[in-house]
Amino acid sequence: MADSIVPVKEIEEKMDTDKMWVIMGPQHPFSHGLWTLKVQLDGEFVTDADPIVGYLHRGWEKETENRTYPKIIPMADRLCYAASMTYTHLYCMTVEKALGIDIPEKAKYIRIVADEVCRIQSHLMWLAAVGTDMGNLTVFLWCMREREFFLDLNVKLTGARMTTNYPRIGGVRNDTTELFDRDILRTVDRFEKALWDIIALIDDSSIFVSRMKGISYLSREQVANMGLTGPAMRGCGVDFDIRRDDPYDNYDKIDFEVPVLTEGDSYARYMIRVEEMFQSVEIIRQAVAKVKAIGKNAPYRMKVPSKVPKGTAFMRMEDPRGESLMYLVSDGTDKPWRLKVRSPIFTNVSTSKAMCMGCRIADVPAILAQIDMCLGETDR
Amino acid sequence: MDGEVLQAPSVDEIVAQLKAHCPCVEVTKTEERRVYAKVPAENNFKVCQFIHDNLTFEHCSTVIGVDYIDHLTVVYHLTNYYTGVMIELSADVDSENPHIQSVTPIWEGANWHEREQWELFGIVFDNHPRLERLLTPKTYEFFPFRKSYKLRGWE
Repeated sequence: MADSIVPVKEIEEKMDTDKMWVIMGPQHPFSHGLWTLKVQLDGEFVTDADPIVGYLHRGWEKETENRTYPKIIPMADRLCYAASMTYTHLYCMTVEKALGIDIPEKAKYIRIVADEVCRIQSHLMWLAAVGTDMGNLTVFLWCMREREFFLDLNVKLTGARMTTNYPRIGGVRNDTTELFDRDILRTVDRFEKALWDIIALIDDSSIFVSRMKGISYLSREQVANMGLTGPAMRGCGVDFDIRRDDPYDNYDKIDFEVPVLTEGDSYARYMIRVEEMFQSVEIIRQAVAKVKAIGKNAPYRMKVPSKVPKGTAFMRMEDPRGESLMYLVSDGTDKPWRLKVRSPIFTNVSTSKAMCMGCRIADVPAILAQIDMCLGETDR
Repeated sequence: MDGEVLQAPSVDEIVAQLKAHCPCVEVTKTEERRVYAKVPAENNFKVCQFIHDNLTFEHCSTVIGVDYIDHLTVVYHLTNYYTGVMIELSADVDSENPHIQSVTPIWEGANWHEREQWELFGIVFDNHPRLERLLTPKTYEFFPFRKSYKLRGWE
């Protein structure tokens, strides 16, 4: 066949293609909160991206400077609605570190149980969001149904579903309730089976897999340098989990695995979070046994002074989304001089340019679903 | 920078290395998996480069600004991914004209943290690629987290 009279290839090379900025957000189905992602497009490929946050900035850190230490506990709950337990836990640990006190053993194990329940329900919330981002409503509904059982556990332990206000400086607010260990073991047993159903729904779907596999590759060095943390980091080959490598409370006395994958794509980051839920179930089983072994009448809370000695202290923990850190500066009064929160998503979302570069615009929601966005802690 | 590269240094090795290669650094306290040190603001970049290159601290957790009224302090939390050891570096800067070298060329992850501390405390990070307001509106001309900024009705 003769060549085309019109030299298509040459024209295409000469043609100037305009790059276009598409502004996704603040109100956009993919954003899960109020934030904006500006993406620059060449055809349908992303050539630049610029995340904009700050719509929810309420000066959390400044507000704490006018409150006494116990009053900040319910405020820490409101940093992130899905991971409220871990933030309150982190705040209490930071003040305990500044006070230099060691809390009762029982409180440490109860905190671990509460943290892992929080981690599972946060991950389920994420999985539900992944489902809707990829257009599968069944995943959303099934995950939300499973999440409800863990919120019920929160109600049994603390009396509230999400903003639990449970950990206290020097322990936890109340002991485990009657038959709590029976209920939690029943819940995790049935959850383990139910999670396999959800996994089958996703992994057997070629739409899900083809939109995640091999997309948005990040190397180990890149991830470490950019400050991406949490499950997303472990999906890119960084073998680091604060629960194992820098243990707080009693995580060093619990046996669990840290899932790590070296693929570095969107699918690996998804796999890590799913595997983490199974590990959380394992941790819950061990910690509940320890709480039971310590016995009913053991202390779960101790008295602490209301004034914190002058100095600085920091603690960090493995939040469901990554590394969260609090830095406390005390001037010797009953109010903090400065309390800084390092939110994992704040840094994770700053890497969205590297994540989206070179991908198709249609894949952007699927990629950024792996950050597990929560604006309460990002903007603080 | 030359010198030997330690991938997983222990706390004692870190203190010895800092003493040998960065005499300006003053180690104030050590704990299990924690090193607390003070560094003069003008040597900040060189010391951070050494910690990143030779001690393999791949991750910069945070950059924190603190207002002590008579001076400002910038605190860095650096992590080694092989051992879980953390270094807390603090550098005092002048409160009238606060300037410090940006560590974003070393750790890309420090980018947004430095932007945040600039907009909240007014600490200028020299050589930062894009020092713009991030959380607060672009029209703000004050630094809300300074102690001189009072919350309405409280103080």
